[in-house]
Amino acid sequence: MGCRSCEMACAVEHSSSKNLFSAVSEKPGPIRRVYVETAEGQRIPLVCRHCEDAPCVAVCRTGAMRQDPETGIVDRNEENCVGCWMCAMVCPYGVIGRHTEVRKAVKCDRCKDLEVPACVAACPTGTLVFVTQREFVEMMRKEAAVRLAHEAKGLAKA
Amino acid sequence: MAKDVRERSIDPASQDMLDVCQRTGLETAWDRYEKQQPQCGFGELGLCCRNCNMGPCRIDPFGEGATKGVCGATADTIVARNLLRSIAAGAAAHSDHARDVAHTFREVVYGRASSYSIKDQSKMQRLMNEYGVQTEISLADSIMAEFGKQDGPIQFTRRAPAKRLELWKKLGIEPRGIDREIVECMHRTHTGVDNDYVNLILHGLRTSLADGWGGSMIATELQDVLFGTPQPTFSEVNLGVLEPNKVNVIVHGHEPLLSEMIVAAAADPEMVELAKKQGAIGINVAGMCCTGNEVLMRHSVPVAGNFLQQELAVATGAVDAMVVDVQCVMPALGALAGCFHTLFISTSPKARFPGARHMVFHEETALQTAKAIVEEAVKNYKNRNASKVHIPKEKSKCMVGFSVETIVGALGGTLDPLLGAIKSGAIRGIGAVVGCNNPKVVHDYGHINLVKELIKNNVLVITTGCNALACAKAGLLLPEAAEMAGEGLKGVCKTLGIPPVLHMGSCVDISRILVASAAIANALGVDISDLPAAGAAPEWMSEKAVSIGAYVVSSGVFTVLGTVPAVLGSAAVAGLLTSGAKDVVGASFAVEPDPFKAAMLMIEHIDSQRKKLGL
Repeated sequence: MGCRSCEMACAVEHSSSKNLFSAVSEKPGPIRRVYVETAEGQRIPLVCRHCEDAPCVAVCRTGAMRQDPETGIVDRNEENCVGCWMCAMVCPYGVIGRHTEVRKAVKCDRCKDLEVPACVAACPTGTLVFVTQREFVEMMRKEAAVRLAHEAKGLAKA
Repeated sequence: MAKDVRERSIDPASQDMLDVCQRTGLETAWDRYEKQQPQCGFGELGLCCRNCNMGPCRIDPFGEGATKGVCGATADTIVARNLLRSIAAGAAAHSDHARDVAHTFREVVYGRASSYSIKDQSKMQRLMNEYGVQTEISLADSIMAEFGKQDGPIQFTRRAPAKRLELWKKLGIEPRGIDREIVECMHRTHTGVDNDYVNLILHGLRTSLADGWGGSMIATELQDVLFGTPQPTFSEVNLGVLEPNKVNVIVHGHEPLLSEMIVAAAADPEMVELAKKQGAIGINVAGMCCTGNEVLMRHSVPVAGNFLQQELAVATGAVDAMVVDVQCVMPALGALAGCFHTLFISTSPKARFPGARHMVFHEETALQTAKAIVEEAVKNYKNRNASKVHIPKEKSKCMVGFSVETIVGALGGTLDPLLGAIKSGAIRGIGAVVGCNNPKVVHDYGHINLVKELIKNNVLVITTGCNALACAKAGLLLPEAAEMAGEGLKGVCKTLGIPPVLHMGSCVDISRILVASAAIANALGVDISDLPAAGAAPEWMSEKAVSIGAYVVSSGVFTVLGTVPAVLGSAAVAGLLTSGAKDVVGASFAVEPDPFKAAMLMIEHIDSQRKKLGL
């Protein structure tokens, strides 16, 4: 729908108060890490994929961008970031942002304190889902099965 | 789902029914509130504009995305325009209610509404003197003319202290006519008209004054003329007032034009006889929300509950008819009543509901229609399914009906004893606590804790609306509640035999609070903004409450809100309302969801006002 609830929830989760009403007056202001874009008449939320072989980690010269070997989560260490923007240039999804006030790269950290990321929890239409790769492909398989079953029924009737 | 639905309310009767609803799968406002989570952040901040079809537009509160709408409106403009529209809707609701009452009054004096009569001749005479007219017909016409006036003044604004009137004139916010100000709100907020947030908000204050000292006050005064000025009386409040062996008719909504007639029709011996034939032992009329307050204070009719209890009442399975008119009636009642034998009857041509039977109500045939409605309820009694009936046992006694006239009467005909008690410090100040329920706050938690904290600190509380009903349920409207008050206030209450919390009526009756404030200020020779007084709406939710907040602050009373208004998207607007307004109208808003902290804010304000007055 393009309601941008995910963007709002993301910024609030990354504020120091974690409360919308006080977050709006924080300095420096909190920044979102998820972006809703419009393309071909569709609204598409874009967020870090936490790629297996993450290009942003590969190009980072200072070691600020790291990938947790266990969880695969790609995160940026604020202290090490010098704001060279190599990561932003190589990210295929364009989801590495720039905090203009503190001049550091900003990206999805998978909401460390939350079981379900804030953007997913905030999505009113269920467009954003948070599942493992295994759960996701299972979901896709089930959807495909339903589709095939409908088609088969249609053929039988004809 | 909440872990324990009992945590949704502090009222035991409501907890009981919430339990029943959960067990039987009945949906309530609390469930729907949870399904709405998370609520839209742009909406919460007031940053969404739908006023033209280039939009909808939203402003990014964190400054990364859009900072202007398509037309170029900034957050300040959008937030102020949205606020103005809320004020317009609230003022319209109170004032259109007043119009109905004024219309009925005019029909009565022209002899065209035989169901109604003049119950308070002396008040009518006082109003005639105030308007400088000789006949009832001229009074009716003069009051009716207030709505369409173009250049003011609205007569009742003359009740405000001279200093206040002077200030309104200086600021250019003296209302010129009730309808005119509301229409101008809609014009100014149309695309490409008023885009200056200060100018927008000043007009909002003017519109709200046309409500408080216009529409609402007209409703209160004429309701007193038509139905009697309330006198202190006793009754009971909470779901336990529903009777297992009587026909239960709930009147819900706002205009006593309807509820008064239902009360009269239910007392008709013919109806009572019919009820007995159907196997009931009588007819029990109970109120709900503000129309409940109206019949509570004038006829001691018990009240089943406040705003968030409307669904719980139907869920008892013991309501034979839920009869509604306008405002704060949840459309959810239609589907819910469908789960029971309950007849959901709408009566106003302005307010129809899915699943309701419509029995339209006209002034000319009011009593006749009321009888037809009561008859439907009575005939429906036999359809009640005993296995579905669950009536909570809780009901609390209360003393209600403190109109300004009766307060003065109780004080011996003059305000002096009250002023004396304020001057001596026995009464530290006055707290006006009003407003709705809102599932964002644990039901009644904000109301009760705030009021208890105030009286404990010797602040005399005056209350209306859903706060008044919350206080009634908690036993705060009884003279014995003086025991919960601080020493000074306790002494005053015991001497006068009054509760520490005075029930002044429904939400339009906040106009009584304005009249009382003006009278106290005049007696002390100061402005309202100098009084040791503060207001609060701990659980507010409606647009009417926005208008009320605006007229109370523009009348000079510091006001604490318990839920956050949709203005924080603009630091400029929020700043104007919470601090800048003080330099303009001598009062401002504060937002404090914690009722204990809210009470402290009010008490601190009262203390600083006392200091300024040299008390």
